[in-house]
Amino acid sequence: MSALLEVDQLEVNFGGRVSAVRGASVTVERGETHCLVGESGCGKSVTALAVMNLLARGARRSAKRLAFEGQDLTGLSDSGMAHLRGNAMAMIFQEPMTSLNPAYTVGSQMTEVLRRHKKTTQRAATDRAADLLARVGITAPGLRLGQFPHQLSGGLRQRVMIAMALMCDPKLLIADEPTTALDVTVQAQILRLLAGLQRDLGLGMLLITHDLGIVARVAHRVSVMYAGEVVESAPTAELFANPKHPYTRGLLRCVPVPGKIKRDEPLGSIPGTVPRIGPGFEGCAFRDRCDFADVTCAHAIPRHAASVAHDFLCRLPA
Amino acid sequence: MNTAIEVKAVRRTFRVKGGLFGADRHVVAVDDISFAVPPGGVLGVVGESGCGKSTLARLILGLLPPTAGDIAVEGQRVIDMDRRARARLIQPVFQDPFASLNPLARVRDIVAMPLKAQGNIAGSEIAKRVDEMLARVGLSAEMGRRLPTELSGGQRQRVAIARALVLRPRIVVCDEPTSALDVSVQAQILNLLAELRRDLGLTYLFISHNLAVVEHVASEVAVMYLGRFVERAPTETLFRRPEHPYTKALLASVLTPEPGLGVPDVGLGDTLPDPANIPPGCRFHPRCPIAEPRCSIETPPLKPRPAGGVECLLV
Ligand SMILES: Nc1ncnc2c1ncn2[C@@H]1O[C@H](COP(=O)(O)OP(=O)(O)OP(=O)(O)O)[C@@H](O)[C@H]1O
Ligand SMILES: Nc1ncnc2c1ncn2[C@@H]1O[C@H](COP(=O)(O)OP(=O)(O)OP(=O)(O)O)[C@@H](O)[C@H]1O
Ligand code: SF4
Ligand code: SF4
Ligand SMILES: [Mg+2]
Ligand SMILES: [Mg+2]
Repeated sequence: MSALLEVDQLEVNFGGRVSAVRGASVTVERGETHCLVGESGCGKSVTALAVMNLLARGARRSAKRLAFEGQDLTGLSDSGMAHLRGNAMAMIFQEPMTSLNPAYTVGSQMTEVLRRHKKTTQRAATDRAADLLARVGITAPGLRLGQFPHQLSGGLRQRVMIAMALMCDPKLLIADEPTTALDVTVQAQILRLLAGLQRDLGLGMLLITHDLGIVARVAHRVSVMYAGEVVESAPTAELFANPKHPYTRGLLRCVPVPGKIKRDEPLGSIPGTVPRIGPGFEGCAFRDRCDFADVTCAHAIPRHAASVAHDFLCRLPA
Repeated sequence: MNTAIEVKAVRRTFRVKGGLFGADRHVVAVDDISFAVPPGGVLGVVGESGCGKSTLARLILGLLPPTAGDIAVEGQRVIDMDRRARARLIQPVFQDPFASLNPLARVRDIVAMPLKAQGNIAGSEIAKRVDEMLARVGLSAEMGRRLPTELSGGQRQRVAIARALVLRPRIVVCDEPTSALDVSVQAQILNLLAELRRDLGLTYLFISHNLAVVEHVASEVAVMYLGRFVERAPTETLFRRPEHPYTKALLASVLTPEPGLGVPDVGLGDTLPDPANIPPGCRFHPRCPIAEPRCSIETPPLKPRPAGGVECLLV
């Protein structure tokens, strides 16, 4: 059986100026959580939006293969895609206000999703919405259903988004920073809810997050992106124990851990910034910031295997 | 004057339309809070999502009038201040940068806005300060010419930070300023905020869900639950010897980057509080793992501690 989601050699450009995604490949299996991490601006959200076919105008997408349950998505009509979106494939967006309509109540937006895809009564749809709001830890769901997005706190909005994405029992959930506005106890609650759905319904998840604590605790597999490329991919335990790519190693060194923090000392960071990547860029995009860079890093970089399931994009040997 | 921010018995409620069954309800977002932050201090505020942190931030910024109580920044009542003078003194960095940036304006113009609004800064000076600020938050000149929609989430967050700091305010209210950033860029921004505090003596109110970040930047921390500060202490004390059961639960829920440990269940249950229906007695009692019968009847008084206090009957 084919994987739930296959993304092979995805490329996304904006107006021929910005190469946001450069040959990225990611696979999500049923019941699996695949985390996507990486520098701010490295192309994580664009990858997610490309899969959902929700890129901004002026964006160009191409891929060797882009498939959901074996079905090719690149050749799919707009209506075919609209049928999958919000239904079998759902997405939680990085910024709730981009996808919640300020003019409609939470309740009408949530029930609309269900009624678009499934035959159901308004009453049943409202019940389902209230039930899901309760499951993401919102009390007085009846009250919240009647409110407008601006009347909710950041974390309530984020939980509404999560509940909305689950309305149609998706098989694939793409979650882009779904818990940034939540306190850690609610975050834990949401992560347990999602894990339960994985166990019970085989939900597959592509989870984008900057929080390496979340990655460590919930991911089965991790892919690290840098400047539009997947520079390393490995099973979670292996990535944390044996990171190979210099960017991954730098990233893991920067994670602040409570209780081990020295105040008044700068936090660790990776010096430098990502270069501007246009079409035709060659060599390793990390070379300006890498301690191991040499002249060969300006040329095509090989992908090495560190083990069967672990590969990385760097000239250094495994 | 020895306080940068002074909040006295402040309360803020919102009226919410009743559902099918009529009666309007009152959400109590901030419930009788008092505190002061000295100049150059950093008060970290952590707490339950929806407990009133952003409302508190908006009150201090003068963007929202309190239902009761008084707020002063550098000794002046914030609500009475002239808008331009207030902008030079205190600035916000909000969560959800997308909602707070004008989608039709170029990044440069967004960052220049607060300077232009002052009405008395020369164009060349504005350009210079914008360039400087963009560079400081790590945005290239090319990005300055883009629209917010053409940036990643973290890049937009940096725009919001640049806009807040470009006027060189003395007080900055940060509401989740780095939640959209990767750990390396986050470190750069936090180091920048720390540097500005040292160089310019800035005061911060710093709201975040990331406890490691709060531990690093804050000199003292307030833990908020359902509209109240249930514990307040110097940072080290709070992280080493938390007293309130909710503070303990928060600290126990932090996910450290250790694979294989799974997601902890700290026993708070899955029913969250309803701010329109605050429980009697101790507001935390329905979820408190060590609650006793009297917790649902007696309201815990503030027990003072060196440089802080805690509201729990059992400590
Ligand atoms: N509409 C657009 N036009 C031009 N460039 C864009 C557009 N949308 C995104 N980009 C650029 O594409 C790159 C990748 O953006 P993306 O939003 O995928 O980053 P990200 O990895 O999700 O970052 P973050 O962690 O900050 O959210 C960024 O450099 C961004 O500036
Ligand atoms: N304009 C408004 N109308 C009605 N209720 C509001 C309004 N603004 C805030 N509230 C309510 O006040 C409470 C506190 O909201 P606030 O945004 O201050 O929370 P918060 O602590 O910042 O939460 P988060 O961590 O989720 O951002 C919430 O219950 C919210 O729904
Ligand atoms: S290819 Fe070269 S520059 Fe790139 S990460 Fe490897 S050693 Fe560093
Ligand atoms: S007063 Fe009682 S319910 Fe409240 S925090 Fe203390 S022990 Fe828990
Ligand atoms: Mg993003
Ligand atoms: Mg908030």
